[in-house]
Amino acid sequence: MKRSKYDLAVGLFVAFGLMSLVFLALKVGNLAGYDSGDGYRIEARFDNIGGLKVRAAVKSAGVVVGRVEAIVLDPETYEAKTVLRLDPRYRFSKDTIASILTSGLLGEQYVNLEVGGDSVYLGNGDRVVKTQPAMILEKLIGQFLYNKAAENTGSK
Amino acid sequence: MTSNANPALVRLEAVHFAYDERPILRGLDLTIAKGEVVAVMGGSGSGKTTLLGLIGGRLLPQSGAVMVDGKNVPTLKRAELYRLRAKLGMLFQFGALFTDLSVFDNIAFPYREQTNLPEPMIRDLVLMKLEAVGLRGAAELMPAQLSGGMARRVALARAVALDPMLMLYDEPFTGLDPISTGIVARLIRRLNDAFGLTSLVVTHDLDSSLKIADRVVVISEGTVYRDLTPEEVRETDDAFVRQFADGLPDGPVPFHYPAPPFIDQLVGRHEQAS
Amino acid sequence: MNRLLEPLADLGHVVLSALARLGLVGRFFLGILAVLWLPIRRFSLLVREVYFSGFRSLLIVTVSGLFVGMVLAVQGYEVLQRFGSAESLGVLVALSLVRELGPVVTALLFAGRAGSATTAEIGLMQATDQIAAMDMMAVNPMARIIAPRFLAAVVSVPILACLFISAGIFGSYLVGVQLIGIDEGAFWSQMQASVDFRLDVINGLIKAVVFGVAIGLISVFEGYYAPPTAEGVSSATTRTVVVSSLAVLMLDFVLTVWMFRGLS
Repeated sequence: MKRSKYDLAVGLFVAFGLMSLVFLALKVGNLAGYDSGDGYRIEARFDNIGGLKVRAAVKSAGVVVGRVEAIVLDPETYEAKTVLRLDPRYRFSKDTIASILTSGLLGEQYVNLEVGGDSVYLGNGDRVVKTQPAMILEKLIGQFLYNKAAENTGSK
Repeated sequence: MTSNANPALVRLEAVHFAYDERPILRGLDLTIAKGEVVAVMGGSGSGKTTLLGLIGGRLLPQSGAVMVDGKNVPTLKRAELYRLRAKLGMLFQFGALFTDLSVFDNIAFPYREQTNLPEPMIRDLVLMKLEAVGLRGAAELMPAQLSGGMARRVALARAVALDPMLMLYDEPFTGLDPISTGIVARLIRRLNDAFGLTSLVVTHDLDSSLKIADRVVVISEGTVYRDLTPEEVRETDDAFVRQFADGLPDGPVPFHYPAPPFIDQLVGRHEQAS
Repeated sequence: MNRLLEPLADLGHVVLSALARLGLVGRFFLGILAVLWLPIRRFSLLVREVYFSGFRSLLIVTVSGLFVGMVLAVQGYEVLQRFGSAESLGVLVALSLVRELGPVVTALLFAGRAGSATTAEIGLMQATDQIAAMDMMAVNPMARIIAPRFLAAVVSVPILACLFISAGIFGSYLVGVQLIGIDEGAFWSQMQASVDFRLDVINGLIKAVVFGVAIGLISVFEGYYAPPTAEGVSSATTRTVVVSSLAVLMLDFVLTVWMFRGLS
């Protein structure tokens, strides 16, 4: 009858909506991945984070293993203090090196974790001791020019 | 006059009502006894329809009491008002049928909303009401497919669905052909007597009112001007009532809307503040 | 002197009446919230309205989404390939759709397709005394007519937005991957890497819900207070579309600033 026609159509409508939401969650977004809200947090301090943003990826061997959760400037040391939230499935040794790299020439910046050999693992709230700051293009060019100049004066 | 024989169902006392600054009713008194059919007449804008709004609690008077079934309508809270309205039936000027529902569903609406009756019983009740207004065959039509007279009868069937104690009719004859007018008029009287209702009919159709009403109340200047029986109306020589009875264009009710003298306006002597 | 002050007096009048109207909208909104339990308890009332406003908008919304996605793919590719990053097309399309275009365009379409119809319907019910008749039958029209239509908009817009976004991404996939020939793996994986479910998708849906509230409220309000004439109902219908569209765009700005501040 009339009522069941409405029920059927609206049921279909809602089902389509849910299906597309699942599509958005799994295929478009990354709900299936690490970002389920939990995970453990580690801290890393950098001299310079370059263009790193909150929510940037944390990768290890190119695999996304977490996200940058917060970036603040330490008012005493003037270092950038970042909080990284990592997937609990992955564990990293105490002597892991954190560096800020760029995906491609103009791509987004991300935090790379390179695992060391220590048998003790980083836990919640621990701090990564070894870090490498982001490379700043201007500084790099400046350094290059300076070196060239030094070479030239040296050879003369 | 039957007003003294039965207890009063509706009593309006010194009711004042104004839209914004424009006064409509100025101290109107009116009593309607149980079982009566009262026709309220008056020129357009005389406050006839306002009267129905006040009794139904859709409008609030500036002062005065509107007693319906022993309760003062303006003071009722929403829930109490709705309990009272459940005992009122109102027929709107053009029926006000729900255009998205069929004739059957329109009449079933009050049962479905106000009662917990099982669907088969509702069906029987609806068909009974439709039979009473002679439109059982039109049950499956949509309101858009009905003629004006049929729509009015369906609306009437819907209004009496829950066996109200008081029926309010807002211009029930407007826009109907003479045959439909006669049918609706007779239905109003018949339903009133058969179900023991009390009816208040607001109209400017004097002929029909005279046929069905126990009393004719003429409203003018915001108060009751005359309260007469049909016989008295036919015999009166009151100029105002005569104008209504005979349909004269000019008389105590002026043909012209109040305006400055025409000649003044033509020659531009009277400057309008617009 | 009078002539000089007249525009000022007019302006004051306009501002005052606009404020009064806003107050009326606020009271009306509270009135709806107070009776919102009815369409939830009597689910069939809600289902019927979702059918008319949501289900009936399904086609226009998905087809529009498909084409918007396709256009985005063509234009996005045009720019991205200059920087040699055509594979980021998926990211560009997905983020624009999920964060902005999905909720906003869906809401604009919904205002034109369903909001205007709701206003016209309620306006006509008011003009033909149907609402008054219901009130006289001791059935609260706010609960029986207004609340279900309002709630239907709140429910329908997010669902339609999901469908719009999905259709758009599918459209951009068709153009980007199938037609232009971007690598399929890069298209999806880059998209997944940069679309965050909670921050992007959920925020986009929150926007859609807020737009649904705005359009639902505006369309029932305009209908309920439409002057009972043909002209009154038609201008109320127009006003629903205009005011809804403006409200959606302004709310979008406010929500965007609030949600994505500090993010890239």
